[in-house]
Amino acid sequence: MSDPILEAAGLTRRFGGLAACDGVAIALRRGELHALLGPNGAGKSTLINLLSGDLKPTSGSIRMKGEEIAQLPPERRSLRGIGRSYQKTNIFGGFTVFENARLAAQSRDPRSWAIGSDAGRDPVSRERAQRALGLAGLDAGTERKAGALSHGEQRQLEIAMVLATEPEVLLLDEPLAGMGAEESARMVALLKRLAGTHAILLVEHDMDAVFALADRITVMVNGQVLESGPPAQIRASERVQRAYLGHGDG
Amino acid sequence: MPRRHLAPLAALLLVALFPLSGATFYVELTTKIMIMAIFALSLDLLVGWTGLVSFGHAAYFGVGAYTLALLSPKAAAAGMWSSLALAIAVAAVCALVVGIFVLRTRGIYFIMVTLAFAQMFYFVFHDTDVGGGSDGRYVNVKPDASILGFTPFDFDRPVHVYYVVLAMLVLVFLFLQRVLRSPFGRALSGIRANEQRMRALGFPVMAYKLAAFTLAGGLAGLAGWLLAAQSGFVNPEILSWHQSGNVLLMVILGGAGTPYGPIAGAFALTLLHELFSTLTTHWQLWLGISIVLIVLFMPGGLGHLVRRVRASLFGGGRDV
Repeated sequence: MSDPILEAAGLTRRFGGLAACDGVAIALRRGELHALLGPNGAGKSTLINLLSGDLKPTSGSIRMKGEEIAQLPPERRSLRGIGRSYQKTNIFGGFTVFENARLAAQSRDPRSWAIGSDAGRDPVSRERAQRALGLAGLDAGTERKAGALSHGEQRQLEIAMVLATEPEVLLLDEPLAGMGAEESARMVALLKRLAGTHAILLVEHDMDAVFALADRITVMVNGQVLESGPPAQIRASERVQRAYLGHGDG
Repeated sequence: MPRRHLAPLAALLLVALFPLSGATFYVELTTKIMIMAIFALSLDLLVGWTGLVSFGHAAYFGVGAYTLALLSPKAAAAGMWSSLALAIAVAAVCALVVGIFVLRTRGIYFIMVTLAFAQMFYFVFHDTDVGGGSDGRYVNVKPDASILGFTPFDFDRPVHVYYVVLAMLVLVFLFLQRVLRSPFGRALSGIRANEQRMRALGFPVMAYKLAAFTLAGGLAGLAGWLLAAQSGFVNPEILSWHQSGNVLLMVILGGAGTPYGPIAGAFALTLLHELFSTLTTHWQLWLGISIVLIVLFMPGGLGHLVRRVRASLFGGGRDV
């Protein structure tokens, strides 16, 4: 098995007396889709926020290709190749669809500081944006206001923005939430394709999608890792059955 | 030429022809308004485009004005181009240093901390002798505009000053419009809309804000230099919190984040002030009431009113 790109150990985050994430260890490898399961409040989003830098850990380490990044701010982690999407759609509603993706792509461009040129005509960021929108299945109507898109399209844009930064690691927080069947199927196909070349951490409640996509599954309960392994192992695990799957909570 | 440029160009033509009327008082008043408009445009880069409500922008305006006053010898003229460049640079450096501290805060704290820093600048000039204390300082001889022996204009002639200021206003406006369309400007708009997302996308938000704060400070310094050159006098009131509030009001009144809003706001606020102060001694009351009414019925400011009227006339809104 290849070395992990992103690896966390003993990752803990306390909010007052509550440990939302308690000594979590997780490793993400290129070409592997790693799904994160757990009931609401298990600490899945907290873990994503810790890995992306939106939250700072109380203790523990996060290594990206062997380098410690636990204290780096989110923008530095993004530049190192960690891209994340948000559970609650987090786009620039007042911008056009295209400009959302173009701005995301611009973050990789050293000319992002230029004050004399017209951003809307920059060929590099335009091309990257177009490619990302195409991947996410949002080719058409990109001059619409992002805020006017349907919920499913906004979720696609959310992914397109992450892809426009061309990350190696994708942290995806419920990308399928609220999508219709057709959009959902398209997103699953996209994730499958991306999994070949990226390291993906996927938080998702859609069990069918998770078991269809995941190479490895980690189940969290109360901020701790309950079980981690290939899908077959998770499906067979009695602890998981007892703590989670049996509850019908997801 | 797109139709949306017609009205601004007509207004520009009107302003350009105005000195032909020979009404010296109003020529000087309009000059002052245009200086305030440059000042307001610089603030709108922060308030309207980056989402940073600075309540201490007068500090850099004042630093620009004092730079000219301090560079002017008692009985000789300071060179226009060198003193202007220095005024912009000094104001920008002051903004850079202050920005490093104030940009760590946000929301109401940012407003308060920018105000606090501006008050420090105010008291430096008010309570020490650097700039003549509370009495201020005269620019006895107006700056000398000569380039290689050729003098294109004379700061002792109000009409000349009028056109210099008008030209600067147009240049600053065009410069800012260009900046806002640039990658840097788009990043600022993104920061205003959603700072967290911008960081997650890899933008060093703090550095962008600091650059915007510095740029806005430099442009405020330019406006301050023009004020000192026009009036020939500086005093600490230029950097008082009234002045910071005044320019913020212009931006809000005109419409923050709209291209012409700050200019419209500078004209509207100054002319309302003139109007009420000639009509009544209680002008502040009437000015206050009209501001409340404008903000109440035109929440986006005058700039948004223009957009709404245009949309209803020609159909279809065009948004930034």
